[in-house]
Amino acid sequence: MAVAAGRPTERPQPENPLTAGLERQPVPPTSLVIFGATGDLARRKLLPALYNLAHDGALPERFYLVGVARKEKAHEDYRQECEEAIERFSRRKPDPAVLGGLLENVRYVPGTFDEDSVYDTLSEQLGAFEKEAGEPLNRAFYLSTAPSFFPVIVGKLGDSKLSHHEDAQVRCIIEKPFGTSLEEARELNREVLAVFEEPQIYRIDHYLGKETVQNLLAFRFANGMFEPLWNRNYIDYVQITAAEDLGIGTRAGYYDSAGALRDLIQNHMMQLLCQVAMEPPVNFTAEEVRNEKVKVLAAIPEPKQQEIAEMAVRAQYGRGHAGGEDVPGYLEEDGVPADSNTETYAALRLEVDNWRWAGVPFYLRTGKRLARKVTEIAVTLKPVPHLAFSQDGSLGVQPNQLVLTVQPNEGVSLRLGAKIPGTRMLIRPVNMEFLYGTSFLSQSPEAYERLITDAMRGDPTLFTRNDEVEAQWRICDPIVKAWEAAPGPLPQYEAGSQGPDEAESLLREGDRWRAI
Amino acid sequence: MSRTDAVWSEQGTTPDAIEAALRQLLVEAHAERREIVPARVLNMIAFVDLDWTGEIANRLRGVGRYHASRLVVLAYEPKRQRLDARVTVSTDDPAAPGELALARETVVVELGDRHLDDLLTIADPLVVTDLPTLLWSPHGHPEIVDWLLPLAQAVLLDSVEEPDYEEALARAAALSERAYVVDLAWLRSTPWRERVAALFDPPWLRSELGLLSSVSVRHHPASTVAAALFVGWLSSRLGWDPARPARLLSAHSGELTGRAQASRQEINLRLEVAPELQVPGLQGLTVETAAGHRVRLDRGPGGLRARFSGPREEDREWTIPGASRGETGVLGEGIRQALLRDPTYLPAVGAARAMLA
Repeated sequence: MAVAAGRPTERPQPENPLTAGLERQPVPPTSLVIFGATGDLARRKLLPALYNLAHDGALPERFYLVGVARKEKAHEDYRQECEEAIERFSRRKPDPAVLGGLLENVRYVPGTFDEDSVYDTLSEQLGAFEKEAGEPLNRAFYLSTAPSFFPVIVGKLGDSKLSHHEDAQVRCIIEKPFGTSLEEARELNREVLAVFEEPQIYRIDHYLGKETVQNLLAFRFANGMFEPLWNRNYIDYVQITAAEDLGIGTRAGYYDSAGALRDLIQNHMMQLLCQVAMEPPVNFTAEEVRNEKVKVLAAIPEPKQQEIAEMAVRAQYGRGHAGGEDVPGYLEEDGVPADSNTETYAALRLEVDNWRWAGVPFYLRTGKRLARKVTEIAVTLKPVPHLAFSQDGSLGVQPNQLVLTVQPNEGVSLRLGAKIPGTRMLIRPVNMEFLYGTSFLSQSPEAYERLITDAMRGDPTLFTRNDEVEAQWRICDPIVKAWEAAPGPLPQYEAGSQGPDEAESLLREGDRWRAI
Repeated sequence: MSRTDAVWSEQGTTPDAIEAALRQLLVEAHAERREIVPARVLNMIAFVDLDWTGEIANRLRGVGRYHASRLVVLAYEPKRQRLDARVTVSTDDPAAPGELALARETVVVELGDRHLDDLLTIADPLVVTDLPTLLWSPHGHPEIVDWLLPLAQAVLLDSVEEPDYEEALARAAALSERAYVVDLAWLRSTPWRERVAALFDPPWLRSELGLLSSVSVRHHPASTVAAALFVGWLSSRLGWDPARPARLLSAHSGELTGRAQASRQEINLRLEVAPELQVPGLQGLTVETAAGHRVRLDRGPGGLRARFSGPREEDREWTIPGASRGETGVLGEGIRQALLRDPTYLPAVGAARAMLA
């Protein structure tokens, strides 16, 4: 399919009438370039995601993959590595014929990310793909490297004129973390936006690719019964928890420089908060959804230094028990400096100062080595204004609580008061449960399958916009700075526990952390 | 991995007793393993000939996670006098400790001619109220489908299994007026429809959808109806002149040919038998445009083999990756589709009927 002169790519095109009714919409022909192609993320997530898309017939009609990494190796050796990674980490056993077909179009470009020759070779390779395909191919550059390389790679893509293509779309997918502070995020945005335009940039927050996170919006905006209650008149407080039962494992190098606040709160948990608190968008286009999220973030006041001790708590896990075994404390983990001041637990109390949420606290907490793994949003409603029943002899009437569980056992649970069977009017709380796994036949795709497809299709709804990232940092940065400036040691909590006692200090009188 | 957690059976039973057993088995299974929760997605009623119950069970075992949450098999043996039933609750192992174990229920009721008049009252208590119900009668018995239709929101059928394709499409159209029809013959063409939609999606080629000059579909000898549905889909989506529908006429060796009228040109149509194809469905297709572009797709190892040629381009050939779903995969997809709605099937049936009339 040679590029015909005067081909009408610029003119508005009619809709494709053949796509109606199809679950899988076409994805434009694409060359995907992964920088950091031999890294952990590529092996564990990206390559298996690409295989599963191929298995489902969901890759573009023409698809090529280039891996870029430092080590010198032949194309064939890289294909072999891809095959091993896919066989090990794919959610389904690979079909050899499909895998073979995918690997046929895989190439490898060795070199350090600041070498001009890497980009020259890449340019030649991408050109060769287009020649083979006989048509211009969209290009997606996936930056799956250490964050320090993001500006280097982006700069080189610009210098080598790879950031734009006369006849096709060029997109840049950037992994988290997007900066480690507000200043860095701004600087990175400046550097990236000097080369790419915002619509070309896809900042990954893989939480947004999870089905249950996307379902939050469906739950809120596709059901008439919740929205009338979804405000300060009826909601007492909101709690967002992302607890893990595991320790840091082999990630000491990364984790000790990041900490719980940067690792989870600044990005994933802020996104969850936005989805809980945002106004209904006019429509579900990327810009409208992201505009509404940015408004939520803008309504959260920037923490003042003198307030931080009252609205943020940090701690480290000490020795304890997990899964029936003794486990070491954070400072005893391999690779962690003995005097590390990095928090493995962080909890915040935030306010969203707008008409809908004024006065409703949003409690966020995350930690490693807690009692169990759970990510959930709990919305506690205000108690009834008057209770006609005696509570003697019963557990008592408790406020309704709506819990949206993101993982595991995805679903929604509503706590209600119900009469205990018997001759007296005794009330106790019961749960009305909706469990995702019981109600759908389909298996959720991995988040990366959805995100890679969306990026190739040019749909940025599930990616973070520049102003969104900066707004998240605007809230977290003062806390990070205050914590970095404060001397240790940090409060400790026992591994396998509910977290530090200090977290209680964030709660208003009468509010309670849910059991993890 | 799936495991059987509880079984109940009774000879000379009643629907009430079966329903009570279902409830009791779930309570017991949950008491024994707290992680067990019943799946509540879809009821499926399968009316099968008793001698073929094992074959149907094998087919359904292969659908994996697309198994209906409650499957009611009405196993028919004409001379049977007694109503016998067996209830099984089976669970999937949780993906990880602490996660749920989904329980699915299978009810097999053996019945005979004397029960058919009351079939609705036998099946009704056995389906979970408020869940959508899919009805399947793989061994024919259209009258049974009609009787049970008040219980169902969707009907599963396979038009390629009907000996007469015109009747098959007429039946699908008639059922569509009363319930949502999931046709396995249609689902077998899904990857082909997706690929043709995608191949013509680039803007420079999209405009040629209005300029198709020839469509040729190669199909399993017994899958003429699947090929006709594919051409019917093109006709209905691309707005070929319904006042002058294509007429597909027999040529030789089971081949059907005809001409359709688009807004600016005629389109040659050809449905060819591919005797080498061992499974129902399509073997390949070729679409040509008046501008001289030609797209050919064929089944191949690891995906569809694509060939593209044009007036000013070199010929290209490549594989579009995708795993074969196999017949069990198609059946599983059929069950899943009972929960969705495809607005393009019925217009495709209408266009295909007009062509084959």
